[in-house]
Amino acid sequence: MHMADALLSPAVGGTMWAATAGTIAFCAKKVQQDLDDRKIPLMGVLGAFIFAAQMINFTIPATGSSGHLGGGMILAILLGPYAAFLTIASVLTVQALFFADGGLLALGCNIFNLGIFPCFIAYPLIYNPIVGKNPTPMRLAIGATLAGIIGLQLGALGVVTETVLSGISELPLTAFLAAMLPIHLGIGLVEGLVTTAVVSFVWKARPEILEYAAASRPLGNLSMKKVLVALGAAAIVTGGALSWFASSFPDGLEWSMAKTSGKEELEAPEAGIHHALSGIQGKTAFLPGYGFKKNDTEPAAAEESAPSWPAVDIGTSTSGLVGGSLTLILAVVIGFLFRKRSQVK
Amino acid sequence: MAKIESAFFDLSYLDTLATGKTVIHRLDPRIKVLTAALFVICVVSFDKYVIAAMLPFALFLITIMGLGGIPAIYVMKKLALASPFAIMIGIFNPLLDQQIILHLGSMAVSGGWISFLSIVLRFCLTVTAMLVLIATTGFNSVCMALEKLGMPKIFAVQLLMLYRYIFVLIAEGQRMYRARAIRSFQKRRMDMKTFTHLVGQLLLRTIDRGQRIHQAMLCRGFDGTIRTRQTLRFTLRDLLVFCVCGILLIGMRRYNIANLLGQLFMEILS
Repeated sequence: MHMADALLSPAVGGTMWAATAGTIAFCAKKVQQDLDDRKIPLMGVLGAFIFAAQMINFTIPATGSSGHLGGGMILAILLGPYAAFLTIASVLTVQALFFADGGLLALGCNIFNLGIFPCFIAYPLIYNPIVGKNPTPMRLAIGATLAGIIGLQLGALGVVTETVLSGISELPLTAFLAAMLPIHLGIGLVEGLVTTAVVSFVWKARPEILEYAAASRPLGNLSMKKVLVALGAAAIVTGGALSWFASSFPDGLEWSMAKTSGKEELEAPEAGIHHALSGIQGKTAFLPGYGFKKNDTEPAAAEESAPSWPAVDIGTSTSGLVGGSLTLILAVVIGFLFRKRSQVK
Repeated sequence: MAKIESAFFDLSYLDTLATGKTVIHRLDPRIKVLTAALFVICVVSFDKYVIAAMLPFALFLITIMGLGGIPAIYVMKKLALASPFAIMIGIFNPLLDQQIILHLGSMAVSGGWISFLSIVLRFCLTVTAMLVLIATTGFNSVCMALEKLGMPKIFAVQLLMLYRYIFVLIAEGQRMYRARAIRSFQKRRMDMKTFTHLVGQLLLRTIDRGQRIHQAMLCRGFDGTIRTRQTLRFTLRDLLVFCVCGILLIGMRRYNIANLLGQLFMEILS
């Protein structure tokens, strides 16, 4: 479920980073404004709780495989969406830094997929209307299960969209969707059931905790209009970020454009810049021209790479191979030298 | 159980590494965070069929690991543990993209294999960069640096709080898990009912702990604002290191060093 840096293009990763950073700043403001300060330590320990709970596996009934808690919905129910979002973001940050789950650039995507969907879509639009102010066990079960499923489905959709837009993986959209969504339907169902069970357990043992959470949550009456405005704003920010990336990372975007244009026929206006940029790329990249596999939609790029297409310029690739091996050998030697040095110490 | 123990081990081990006193450890955390970010951006912005041009980045990382005293074996183990997702997604490339783009002697290599290798290499580089960052800096300093770089304060505080209590709660979870294991005749698997009771109990304890912490904070004069101690100092040396690293990274991104090296070598030979 965690996106990895290796599968992301800078344009997609940067956009998601911008969107996530914006949401964190917004939530931080919200939490600071209407915070009763009990929440500060509570957010910290609940984050740590999610961490510990994720390490404990249980058997999924009827399958024999094991699963663990995700925890996004539990946090949203206990803390309200803003504080829950910050908590999830912090958990994912620690996971990225210490357990190599995801990566620095992918952190934006991961927080978006696992934080925004449960906190700002599944919780206010599904859990809240179903459970309402006076929860009954039945309502709680339906609300938490549905919210868990939908939150994870949206998250899986996010992963697929980000991967396909990045274009590093060759997986086509439909096949990837067909694989990810059903798997996450199952995972979401289990997550929903576990969330229900844990929340009902807390509700039975200590009902005042949930009542306190419901009373103090600032987003209790989030209106649909506000959500739409916020999503619209996010879209604008995202668009802005994308165009910023377009200017500061021309070749990153350029090749992702080339990728999309190969598939979706996005041609003429780009040709001029494209040509110039592919010239630069040809000079800088190993295996030049390989970025453009199907050249029929791009005359400019085709001209450049067609002659070298069938037979790769042997000189370039040999020197690439030799140079690559030399670099590797150098790396190993340096590694050993450092090891020697530390042993001498 | 193995998972919860290894998590504990990872956290404390990386924490121990971060207490080192090497050249890298002594740099200002801000420049380390920024350099790591630049490194990741440079690596992921490569074209999908690039391999050789990325190798100098490995060289850069290994140098830093050497200078910072980070054991390579540990990093490799972490890489192996974290790799399944990237590999699972990447392994479809050789199946879906079978256009031959490289001939190694008589062996033809398809674009898919090259891009798959490229994904694996990207994965190794980006993950290692992050581990090196945390192992040479420590989580608290990374948080301070991020706060200085504009992260909202309350989020910085949240990260610090979380990190402080992770150890406590993992230990608590571990104790409960062990207690169950002992009372169930080492039955390895836990069904969902037991699990929810165990986790629910842990949750109740956590909430109580949160309240106790809040009271303790009030006793010590907590008034709703958090003050973090600032000990960061930005020296000329830090600036110099940052500039050098930045130029190196951007240079490695712009020019294919491995290729140039190869050409040089071939010219010397011929």
